[in-house]
Amino acid sequence: MAKTWKYGDDVNTDQMFPGKYTYTCSTPEEIAPHLFEDLDESFSKEVKPGDIVIAGEYFGCGSSREHPSKGLRHVGVQAIIAKSFARIFFRSAINQGLLVVECPAAVDAYKLGDEVTVDANAGIVRVAGKEFSFPAYPPKVKAIIEAGGLAASLKEQAASTCGGCGCGCDC
Amino acid sequence: MAGLTFAEKFFSKRTGREVRAGEIITAAPDIVLSHDNTAAIIGNFKKIAGEEGKVNRPERILVILDHTVPAPGQKEASNHVKIREFVAAQGIKNFHDVGRGGICHQVLPEKGYAAPGKLIVGSDSHTPTHGALGAFACGVDRTETAGLWIQDETWFKVPTTIRFDLTGKLPAGVYAKDTILTLIGKIGAAGANYRSVEFAGAGLASLTMDDRLTITNLAAEMGAKNAVMPIDDLARNWMKSNGIEWNEADIIEADDDAEYEARHAIDLSTMVPVIAWPHQVDNIKPVSELVGKPFQQGLIGTCTNGRLSDLREAAAVLKGKQIAPSVRLLVLPASEAVYDAALTDGTIAALHSAGAVILNPGCGPCLGAHEGALAPDELCLSTANRNFKGRMGCKESFIALASPATVAASALTGVITDPREVI
Repeated sequence: MAKTWKYGDDVNTDQMFPGKYTYTCSTPEEIAPHLFEDLDESFSKEVKPGDIVIAGEYFGCGSSREHPSKGLRHVGVQAIIAKSFARIFFRSAINQGLLVVECPAAVDAYKLGDEVTVDANAGIVRVAGKEFSFPAYPPKVKAIIEAGGLAASLKEQAASTCGGCGCGCDC
Repeated sequence: MAGLTFAEKFFSKRTGREVRAGEIITAAPDIVLSHDNTAAIIGNFKKIAGEEGKVNRPERILVILDHTVPAPGQKEASNHVKIREFVAAQGIKNFHDVGRGGICHQVLPEKGYAAPGKLIVGSDSHTPTHGALGAFACGVDRTETAGLWIQDETWFKVPTTIRFDLTGKLPAGVYAKDTILTLIGKIGAAGANYRSVEFAGAGLASLTMDDRLTITNLAAEMGAKNAVMPIDDLARNWMKSNGIEWNEADIIEADDDAEYEARHAIDLSTMVPVIAWPHQVDNIKPVSELVGKPFQQGLIGTCTNGRLSDLREAAAVLKGKQIAPSVRLLVLPASEAVYDAALTDGTIAALHSAGAVILNPGCGPCLGAHEGALAPDELCLSTANRNFKGRMGCKESFIALASPATVAASALTGVITDPREVI
């Protein structure tokens, strides 16, 4: 069973990755030890691939820094389920290929210890056996997530337009 | 059918068909802004385009070093070198190095990068600032920015819109900062999340361009995707006096019968000095409730309140006086041009003689990246736009946000002071 990490409303990106590190850490490996440093010190030590983050309203507000989304993807967080997301973080998560699910009912239903699973294709979150649906992503956005993020999606596009060598040339 | 909001009209013009809130469209930005994070964006870019990859449209890329300037350490210094080499190799002409620009959100308006009708994306969350000049300006992340060095367009959701109709004039001792903090308190820090925000009405005429930029800058703290103001004679005169060229045909205004998600009537004459108390920007209290509370550091500057009129307001309070010995006051002009003007007119001398520390233009202290860090239990009274826990480098410290006049008046006494008592 995937571990779930539950947080409240208005979690900002300074708490998720302190500004004092933003210009000295940029690789996923450098980011990971500081993830959620000012929010929950146990997170970076204990988070495991497949874990799920559950949060309240306006998750990821504040700075546009992408360290939180990049770091969460790197440590293998499977999905973030929140009541709502701040716009830049929502977009940033998609660009990292991180599954962000806006589903207030599922967040309200969740109690500590409940098993949570996400079926992205069906658009369903299950909390302790109960199903909650969430709206499908627009096709443009879905394509980015399915490619594994914006960088991977652009690489795919380059490969498909250049005739196959993958460099983006006109071969 | 109802008319169109600014955002709907803007993206209708871009796509060549009428689009409404909720639609997802693609459009090509006119300016792609980044700052010290350009070093990381170069890494993202090379992962996609390869070591030898070339940027697609160097003329629309704008790089301004401001977050850690001059470099506080070797790592930042090396990042700056990486950026200098990249912009030279890629033919990116719009580059403002250390000492040659200032805070990006002051440089864009000042140098004419921000202008009516432009689509501006910036790898910085306070990019909505540039809507004060009629641009559609919003923040994106680093990966998206790298993507826009490669592909022409990106996707945008046409946002719904919240409108503030301003009337009246601000009383003496009350400023644009107090106004926008009050509005954030009213609708909440997420009150405009993913929305476009329009500020309009007869009250706008009494607000200077510096005031307007403060308001659109802080709209980001109500969650706004973009914030915008109509182009009036004041804006035109401001652009003229700054040597900025624009095309009248590029000016976009919302229709009178546009459909808004919400409209708020705001009488500026009812505003009072306020403070955003730790640790949320929407935790708004009147200064009168906090009078007498001690603090250890004052900060006047940042992309919110480091403009010439901000420094002058502070100097008017502090000229010929001494700040309290218990307080250290940091002042950062928003740009080199602001610094020059404040040197010429005696503003800097007045602040420095009063005991302020004058730092170079930059963002550093606001995000705990460079200078002005706090110790546990210290309170900083700041003109910045964020008071999040830990923001200034220490999670056991406190940040409160106020106008430059409130910070200056309080620096004088050493405790929180209503600026109307001293001006």
